Amino acid sequence: MTESKAPAVVRLERVGKTFPQGQVTALQDIDLELAPGEFVSLIGPSGCGKSTLLRVIGDLVEPSAGTISVNGKSAGRARKDGDYGVVFQDAVLFDWRTVAKNIALPLEMLGWERDRRRARVQEMLDLVELTGFGDHHPWQLSGGMQQRVAIARALAFQPALLLMDEPFGALDEMTRERLNLELLSIWEQTGNTVVFVTHSISEAVFLSTRVVVMSPRPGRIVDVIPIDLPTPRTVETRDSPRFFELVTRVRELLRSRGEHLLPEEEAALE
Amino acid sequence: MSHAAAVSLPARRRLRGPLLGGVKRAAAVVVVLLALVGCWELYHWIWTSTGWTWPFVVNDTSMPHIWTIFKAFGQPAQVNQPALITVLLHKTLFTAKEAVAGFAVGSVIGFGLGVLLVHSRLLQRGLLPYIVGSQTVPILAIAPMVVVWVNPKLPGPLQGWGAVAVIATYLTFFPVAINTLRGLQSADPRALELMRTYAASRWTVLWKLRVPASLPYVFSALRLAATASVVGAIIGELPTGLQDGLGGAIFNFNQYYSIEPQELWATNIIAALLGICFFVIVVLAEKAIVRRAPEHVA
Repeated sequence: MTESKAPAVVRLERVGKTFPQGQVTALQDIDLELAPGEFVSLIGPSGCGKSTLLRVIGDLVEPSAGTISVNGKSAGRARKDGDYGVVFQDAVLFDWRTVAKNIALPLEMLGWERDRRRARVQEMLDLVELTGFGDHHPWQLSGGMQQRVAIARALAFQPALLLMDEPFGALDEMTRERLNLELLSIWEQTGNTVVFVTHSISEAVFLSTRVVVMSPRPGRIVDVIPIDLPTPRTVETRDSPRFFELVTRVRELLRSRGEHLLPEEEAALE
Repeated sequence: MSHAAAVSLPARRRLRGPLLGGVKRAAAVVVVLLALVGCWELYHWIWTSTGWTWPFVVNDTSMPHIWTIFKAFGQPAQVNQPALITVLLHKTLFTAKEAVAGFAVGSVIGFGLGVLLVHSRLLQRGLLPYIVGSQTVPILAIAPMVVVWVNPKLPGPLQGWGAVAVIATYLTFFPVAINTLRGLQSADPRALELMRTYAASRWTVLWKLRVPASLPYVFSALRLAATASVVGAIIGELPTGLQDGLGGAIFNFNQYYSIEPQELWATNIIAALLGICFFVIVVLAEKAIVRRAPEHVA
């Protein structure tokens, strides 16, 4: 990828964040640049500030130092212009709305006409393979299906940037691996730039074009690893020796910081 | 796959629910009613046949037979008057008018207060104690003031019953205000964060998130308010001296209780039915309007 030439979608310079309560330094000296169409994962143990970093990019948390630009604008301007869609760990669907109306929510706020909304919702349902589920209510869907609705909602207004905060963290391993493949196929179709927070090493390596490894107290970037696995990635990708090498490399980077992994992070390596 | 399982379960429940549930519920109501009537008559029979006098002497005056009460509906309460049931139904309509007006105005004021308070912590701190305090003053102490202050200022057609409606409003707005506030605050913080990513205005957040989230709370308040408005209307009629409603009838029959208790009992039954009607209407409205996950429905 020719990173130097393409204008950055996200540019962070010496970004820091200190929470006044308890003097916690959540982020320190973060420099990062994201080119259009990149899939970048932020990984690190709990408390390394990866979620905070995502929230800083989305203007949900105010940084205490440094500068951020999204699509060449301030993060606040980008948020107000609807430059990014966001997916949280929980789907956060409105249970009084049907699946279709949940996906249409951001479109309503942008003032789209009803017919245009309906057409886009149909497109999005097809994209996340939930065709025919538009009239269901969220509680009638499984956790994985709910998360797909959340992805459809985030992509409905075609933002250039997709921010995902451990979107599959609450799902079982099998559902998670299936959704990983689906997410990649969506990403290939839409060409979004994705920032993906996770604490699963294998998930980060499998999905990303680059993996940003972070360490806690204070939260900072340890290293950025380009993932040179062939695309499109398939079920076999996880069995390739190169995949294993990259997973080991990320794991060693995390270990070298003297931080112990959480049990589920260890399990992710098996 | 999991798709089919996720859909079929609630669908099946939806089919079976209203049919079987409705019959079962109606049967339960009838059984409970019959049991109550049975208990009343059994108590009456035991106490009169043994001559027990504790806690009070039981005779046909202190505890009239159920059939005496129902017979009273068909007979005129006073000479040259239509049957009691006809008189009571007219009075019920009058009281219902007061209660509906009180309920409507009180709910709107209560909801408005809730919306106002959720947007201002300052107002919450400043106003909430007075709103709570307003309910510690007994309604009977407020009623005469409303009659003296408000009634003369009401336009002609509203005079009399309008003042009673104000008293019903006073009882109604409180639960609605408190529960609306709680309901609006119940919006999921993550959903609020999501709305922030859309750069949604306060107004949009209110209508698209806070209000729908608050509806189960608002409706449980409206259920309380529905019965409170009937009580408020009946009590409000006493100091106003209005004879056209159920409150007037209760006041009247009170004075003849030692001679003809069945008329007061008959009036009480009608008053209770009016309250139940109000309650059921609110419950039906809630069923039609609120679509929430099973865990959010009270």
